[in-house]
Amino acid sequence: METQVKVDLTSFRLETRKWLEENCPKSMQEPVTDANQLYWGGRNGKFSSNDQEIWFNRMLDKKWIVPYWESKYGGGGLNPKQNNILNQEMSRLGCRKPHINFGISMLGPALLKFASEEQKIYYLNQICNGEIRWVQGYSEPNAGSDLANLQTKAEDKGDHFLVNGSKVWTSYGDKGDFIFCLVRTSTESKHTGISFLLIDMNSEGISTRPIKLISGKSPFSETFFDSVKVPKKNLVGTLNDGWTIAKYLLTHERQMIGGIGDTDKKKALSEVAIDSIGVTDKLLSNASIRSKIAKLEMNERIFELTIQRALDEHKAGNNSGALSSFFKYYGTELAMQKEELRLEVNGFNSTEWTSEESNNGREARYFNRSKGHSIEGGTHEVQLNIIAKRVLGLPSK
Amino acid sequence: MALVINEEQNMLKSSAKELLDLKSPISHMRELRDDNYNQFDVDLWKEMVEMGWTALTIPEKYNGLNFGYVGLGQVLEEMGRKLTVSPIISTVLVSTTLISLSKNEVLKRKLFDEIMNGKKLCSLAHEESSHHNPNINLSIISKNNEKFILNGKKRFVIDGSISDYLIVSANNESSGKLVLIILDSKSKGITFNNKVHMDSKNYSDISFSNVEFSKSSFLSSDDDGQKLLSKTLDISCVGLAAEMLGNIQEAFEITMQYLKEREQFGVKIGSFQSLQHRSAIMFGEIELCKSIVLKALQAIDNDEQNLPELASLAKSKLGLTSKLVTNEAVQMHGGIGMTDDSDIGFFLKRTRVTQRTFGDSNYHLDRVAKINNY
Repeated sequence: METQVKVDLTSFRLETRKWLEENCPKSMQEPVTDANQLYWGGRNGKFSSNDQEIWFNRMLDKKWIVPYWESKYGGGGLNPKQNNILNQEMSRLGCRKPHINFGISMLGPALLKFASEEQKIYYLNQICNGEIRWVQGYSEPNAGSDLANLQTKAEDKGDHFLVNGSKVWTSYGDKGDFIFCLVRTSTESKHTGISFLLIDMNSEGISTRPIKLISGKSPFSETFFDSVKVPKKNLVGTLNDGWTIAKYLLTHERQMIGGIGDTDKKKALSEVAIDSIGVTDKLLSNASIRSKIAKLEMNERIFELTIQRALDEHKAGNNSGALSSFFKYYGTELAMQKEELRLEVNGFNSTEWTSEESNNGREARYFNRSKGHSIEGGTHEVQLNIIAKRVLGLPSK
Repeated sequence: MALVINEEQNMLKSSAKELLDLKSPISHMRELRDDNYNQFDVDLWKEMVEMGWTALTIPEKYNGLNFGYVGLGQVLEEMGRKLTVSPIISTVLVSTTLISLSKNEVLKRKLFDEIMNGKKLCSLAHEESSHHNPNINLSIISKNNEKFILNGKKRFVIDGSISDYLIVSANNESSGKLVLIILDSKSKGITFNNKVHMDSKNYSDISFSNVEFSKSSFLSSDDDGQKLLSKTLDISCVGLAAEMLGNIQEAFEITMQYLKEREQFGVKIGSFQSLQHRSAIMFGEIELCKSIVLKALQAIDNDEQNLPELASLAKSKLGLTSKLVTNEAVQMHGGIGMTDDSDIGFFLKRTRVTQRTFGDSNYHLDRVAKINNY
């Protein structure tokens, strides 16, 4: 029996490898250097190249946009082992993801757990076809770390909800087709008066305004709701129980953001430093920077091992869920330390903001952007609160 | 290889915990200290020998258990939790490892037999300065007819005062190469200066003055001495890191318990956010430590090429984290933490010694950078 499974997986691997080699265009095997090189889909989705379109359509035909969802939802129906093999084979070739969408990484898992079957079939299929670009509507001007303080109101008007209020920090809010929102449906209790609502961004009464960041870029928007009518069927889960969904979703977001340091496979900082600072007697010429790099690399290596250990513990049936908040905290902490150290390593070059040589301040802007890592998706302080209370069981006042 | 311990290793860990809970609670370490810094509890040692701990890493060929270093690591971690006083580090972790790597079959059979049965204790004498530095070696072996003669000085020999044998690193005068020999600690010409360190344990400075020995005492040749010593030190770093992992987990858990009990301003002090955040950071740092220690232990058992780097990562990470955790443990205990009546200070004092043993985090971070060519 076990042997048969192994044989099947081996042939799946070989078939997958062959298919990817034949179908993934060469340019889609190059490392991604800019978010534009990925296809975000949606109603106004535009391909940035022919190869990108070909790659998306081939993966779509194969049902491999979301290979691990059930086929009735538009997924590829792969089991975890097959999906793992597909991931391994894609990274072996360096294949880019055919489609990026918050619907896949964030909304999808929540729908799978909390939505009605009808909603699942409708929305998940759309996501798998890349038809809808999803954005998130959580934070508000007065509900950041204290997210449950949110005030955007959804009033029950019989056949629809009437939504009024505003959301802030909506990633790519101006480009989204649909927003998944936390709204207040009851004022009786802080946490149990929140509901989870899906809202079409084309609805009358919605407007967005980009937020300019310290990096000079605007990846986030503010979204305003002025008497927006939302059909009742767009409610996910139970009325007033949206906080449960929000918490579940935040765990996914934290895991995603926590992985930021991990995806940075650029040249090792020590190599950059050798080029910019030089070497004396085989050692990096500045001893202080050298030891900072060594310490950072030590922690990066050990963090990777810890992610691996958490996965292995999970597979072995040991509970390791407690680590999610720590991963968000520590992954972003390391990523930020690295950007800070990169400035030290690169000296004057690193602060150039508009020059051609600096690619329009790419490094300086990225450094500025990195300051948000310890704020978005739950600040450092919120993560530490969660660990202290839920993991360590330290008392509240 | 999955980064988890298997069922057998887990059973060993549980049985170690069981024995130590019973026979070696922290109060036992305190009793030994108060008994004029007693280094050796014969009864406890017999129990450890019966449990097979002295045979864990010895190959089956020599009647050992061949259980591996992940297993030994679990025992060391549990001992770290109890601050257990025993010759396990000197005799089993360091000396048995070095002897395993030796090609001297006659010595191996004899020594393994004596060590496994708990009859003899053994220490490695390799340090010569105030900092760990395997490149400093001024001890010299010269030849006089058929006899060999050792002259030199060694420092910081763990358990030197109670060991029956001393393994010594020295330069072979005729070849200029580093070699390893083993001597009876009672040999003529050996003088001990035994010193108690901060952790209440004994470390000896030893001088060797015209100590005579024969050809059969060589554990290495000219060719493999350096390699033997380096690998022994790498493995010892990892084993010691496992002990330190036990130290910090226990210190952390004791401290968390204290935060939940101690009241000031009418509330439990554990409700203060400044303590909660520091506690949460320590929790995470300890999780990181668990990963690198297990990875490095597995690398020993799998004979992986990158053991030197993993050993240095483990020793530097545990050095830094043990400093953080033991400092915070004392601070969070407040005035109580400063008293000798409290156990928490023992963790601070033990880790300040182990941080330096086989190289501190400065030494090992420097080594990591060199291994990675910068």
